[in-house]
Amino acid sequence: MTPRFGAAVWRIVRKDWTVEARSREIAYTTLFFAVSCLLVFAFAIVREGKAPEGAGEGVLWATLTFAGTLALGRTFERERQNETLRALLLAPVPRAAVYVGKLVGVVSLLLALELILAPLVTLLFAAPLLSRPLWLLAILTTGTLGFAAVGTLFAAMLVRARSRDALLPVLLYPVVVPVLIAGVRGTSALVAPEFDVAIARFWLALLVAFDAVFVTLALWTFELVMSD
Amino acid sequence: MPKWFTPLALLCGAMFAVSPLIIANAPYESTMGLVQKIFYYHMPSAWMFLLGAIVCGIASARYLATGDDRHDRTALSAAELTVLFGLLTLVTGPLWARRAWGTFWVWDARVTSSLVGWLVSCAYLILRKYGGPGSERLAAALALFGMANVPFIYISVNYWRTIHPPTTVVPTLQFSMGFPLMFCVAAFLLLFILLMTMHKRLEEGRRRLDALHLAFDE
Repeated sequence: MTPRFGAAVWRIVRKDWTVEARSREIAYTTLFFAVSCLLVFAFAIVREGKAPEGAGEGVLWATLTFAGTLALGRTFERERQNETLRALLLAPVPRAAVYVGKLVGVVSLLLALELILAPLVTLLFAAPLLSRPLWLLAILTTGTLGFAAVGTLFAAMLVRARSRDALLPVLLYPVVVPVLIAGVRGTSALVAPEFDVAIARFWLALLVAFDAVFVTLALWTFELVMSD
Repeated sequence: MPKWFTPLALLCGAMFAVSPLIIANAPYESTMGLVQKIFYYHMPSAWMFLLGAIVCGIASARYLATGDDRHDRTALSAAELTVLFGLLTLVTGPLWARRAWGTFWVWDARVTSSLVGWLVSCAYLILRKYGGPGSERLAAALALFGMANVPFIYISVNYWRTIHPPTTVVPTLQFSMGFPLMFCVAAFLLLFILLMTMHKRLEEGRRRLDALHLAFDE
């Protein structure tokens, strides 16, 4: 990676952070949407004040998926409104740097969201999610990266498409099924009464492999689909 | 239409007309009885479903790499056939599973990856239909991602128990059951080729009409 590439990525990330720090629009809407999702799940599955066993990790990942879709949609809607995405693509930097910059922005936002969500799920669904914080962090980070790698590409592609808000989940969810399965199963391995390192490691390895394949593929396709 | 189209279409129609007789004459499977005969339509449609997905994935990758419209037309036709044969597979499978496994649906690796693959091809068509101008490239990228995803879905779901009969069953079939199966596979393959030819021709005509329309407006 040339220093120029790294510098371009950093500029895009810093721009996104600055815009977000000033308006806080995406952070607040995503956070409150996620909390509302938790509430909906709580009403749907908690019976007589007790959450069913293993519900916590499922709720956490489902909420992340929904809130992540919202955040992806909003991130690129902002770029579309002022035609700033076109400006970004016209900038004399590699296209891949634009993708990586947006990806880092989305991942950092979602990780910040997870820092709030994980303790909330622990409280509301009585799932001991925080008992192995380093493992949880590893699984959440790799899972979020996989979700956002596909999501950033699809959301960027859909910027100019009609009915993009409806199309994003339709395209995204079937493709991120492995991330969801690995995320939920990996997290549930962490909260199991007897922690099995082999199981957790298997799911983590699957997530890392998914990330590697899909980030590579997205870097290649981003160049091609955003070329006109 | 090419010269071979009509004779092959007649042959395909005849094969489908005869296939119930051939299937009826195949011996009963000892444990499942009559319901096992769904298999003679289920498996060929599953193979055509897979074939459609592979054709769509490869054509999409070539379209992305070269930008040649022909590959895009192939990908679109293959995607429609994938949805059609996938639907046949997903309907006949549960009918059989109800009897063989005692339940309509199992979250087994092959069944789940078929469902997800079918959803991706549906998403492809939805994107083509409602995505507006420029959705060809987006759909090609989607097809590429859908194809790269198959091993991941397979591995991740496989960690749960698999009960779908393995494909190694097929070569061990005796002739009396193997022949009807291969006959049906041939009929379905012929149908696939015919539908694909018709659909590509339809798409070509549609594009030519659009081009004429644009030229007329100017």
